[in-house]
Amino acid sequence: MKITGAQAIVKALEHENVDTIFGYPGATICPFYDALIDSQIRHILTRHEQGAAHAANGYARASGRVGVCVVTSGPGATNTITGIATAYMDSIPMVVITGQVSSDLIGRDVFQEADITGATAPFVKHSYLVKSAKDLPRIVKEAFYIASTGRPGPVLIDIPVDIQNCEIKFEYKDNVDIRGYKPNLKGHSLQIKRVADAIMKAKRPVICAGGGMLRSDATEEFLELVEKCNIPVTPTLMGIGVLPSDHELNLGMLGSHGVYAANYAINNADLVIILGARVGDRAMSKPNQVAKKAKIVHIDIDPAEIGKNIEVSIPVVGDLKQILKELNTFVNKSEANEWVEELKRKKKEHSVKINPKGTSDYVNPKYLLSILAEMVDKDTIVTTEVGQNQIWAANNFVARRPGSFITSGGMGTMGYGLPAAIGAKTACPDSKVICISGDGSFQMSMQELGTMKQNKIGVKVLIFNNYRLGMVRELQKVRHCSRYTQVFLDENPDFVGIFKAYGFEGQTITNNKDIKKALKKMLEDDKPYLLECIVDPEESTL
Amino acid sequence: MGKHTLSVLVENQPGVLSRVAGLFSRRGFNIDSLAVGVTEDPEVSRITIVVDGDEYVVEQVSKQLNKLIDVIKIKQLESFDSVSRELALIKVNADTATRSEIIQVVGIFRANIVDVSKNTLTIEISGGTDKVAALEDMLKQYGIKEIVRTGTIAIERGNKYIKAKNNDKE
Repeated sequence: MKITGAQAIVKALEHENVDTIFGYPGATICPFYDALIDSQIRHILTRHEQGAAHAANGYARASGRVGVCVVTSGPGATNTITGIATAYMDSIPMVVITGQVSSDLIGRDVFQEADITGATAPFVKHSYLVKSAKDLPRIVKEAFYIASTGRPGPVLIDIPVDIQNCEIKFEYKDNVDIRGYKPNLKGHSLQIKRVADAIMKAKRPVICAGGGMLRSDATEEFLELVEKCNIPVTPTLMGIGVLPSDHELNLGMLGSHGVYAANYAINNADLVIILGARVGDRAMSKPNQVAKKAKIVHIDIDPAEIGKNIEVSIPVVGDLKQILKELNTFVNKSEANEWVEELKRKKKEHSVKINPKGTSDYVNPKYLLSILAEMVDKDTIVTTEVGQNQIWAANNFVARRPGSFITSGGMGTMGYGLPAAIGAKTACPDSKVICISGDGSFQMSMQELGTMKQNKIGVKVLIFNNYRLGMVRELQKVRHCSRYTQVFLDENPDFVGIFKAYGFEGQTITNNKDIKKALKKMLEDDKPYLLECIVDPEESTL
Repeated sequence: MGKHTLSVLVENQPGVLSRVAGLFSRRGFNIDSLAVGVTEDPEVSRITIVVDGDEYVVEQVSKQLNKLIDVIKIKQLESFDSVSRELALIKVNADTATRSEIIQVVGIFRANIVDVSKNTLTIEISGGTDKVAALEDMLKQYGIKEIVRTGTIAIERGNKYIKAKNNDKE
């Protein structure tokens, strides 16, 4: 029996066990949407295509599966670019399906035509422009395989409308064979033994754990390694959650927005073990100075990351879960006791002191986040926007399990947090999902409140409102002699009023003593809720 | 810094060349030349890239190219262990007074004359970059009207060869 190309795409998605997709229809993707009516797959209509891409991202990170987003050609497709780039920088598995104008019209600048495979080339792991409907099942299969294996990333499939209407015989293969794509999963045994050796010899070891740890689902093996060897850990922004933030060996996040103890450890270690991290500039600004003092072990699935930003003494390429499992068989307790005690002291000495009383006019966001961490269970998922709210959350919220802290690390995309929270809540309906936001970021995606309303997605939103673009303001204060420009948002809308317009509840608090009561109210049910906190514009990021 | 020759086997499909070329500009790598053509297997094309850079750059170029799904295999060719050629067509002024002199120069270089007119000669030369440059230099005195040249192509010496099928990516 023959089916249409559009039906074939839907069927292929079903074969990939896709249960939810995020999208926005338009002319050139209409055949697909027509075929989707007859499927059990849930479609969530966002209010902007960028929201669909970010929601698919949040869904992927909360569920550990491939996020799917579907949009139309032209502006629909170009609106996903920021979402695709965000997923690419953070190595998030995603399949983006875009409609395209009819094959015979490509290149003639017809209505809503955009070269989306060309435009997204720098930000996709791979992309397809479908030339023949009979290729559709193979291409969808390959796209999911490429997106989710090796170093994950977004894959785009651009499908001309006429291809969606062609009839084909549907045949779905179980396996994929791409000769140019064979990710190496198993680490070199000899190299792993060298790593074990280095750990056993080290007096001052430290592990820097990145987002790759979460993508590889290696947290169990990681915990065993860390506790068995007694090695302190500092997560990157993307690595938060790999070890509970309140674990005694967790020093806190490293880098320019990280904590003292973590940076002290990196700069004074004799062995730095980098796991699934790419040594980005915000994590280590001068990596080769670190490498001068310490032996560097770098374990990553992407060979191109080895030696890219830091000179490495012992590289291992492969899947972290497998490699750590093997590594654990070679190691014992390290000789790092003194060092661990020293770092614990540093952590205590340099922890940010917060006066719980605060002032009567402002909420202290750091204090609020530490209270929030005490009040929520370990299944709770936090997403963040970008700016001060993100760093406050990274350093003060306590992430207790992998996937519980979702943030745009590499790209630093404002407007990510709310749609990502929608995606996360869709993937984990039984978890509380809280979007931590600033007044600037929130306004970049606030139209997605409509998505929450229509699809009954109970995301909780925390807005730290300082009527400023706080992080840019701080940069202008420090680097530009307090010559403030274009960072003032004094004409912010009534955020609670906006929530109420959608039929949601919310309230505003202005001082620390109302925090507990307000959080309790926010967390008491599963409905959308806004807690707006008025924050001092002078409140520093760190 | 130095010149490094990379042989890259890719899927013979539309869009592949733009992915490869885009990667170079995006990552800030400098290409000296790039030549592409189909191989003995019609599904596979071979791109020869001459990169200008140090060992770090060459390693990064190779690794980043390897990440492209359409790239099947990459090998760096050492100059002592490979043969490399480029082809140039040079149109030079030639009248009755200079024509025989030019023909002599062309003979010394073992180049060919592929077209002649009352006041021009078109010369075909293949060889290493240096040889082509030397002929160009010799012909300058007569007045070069036009030059068109290909990128370098290269192949390993002896019994070694690069195939898409014989093993995985190196």
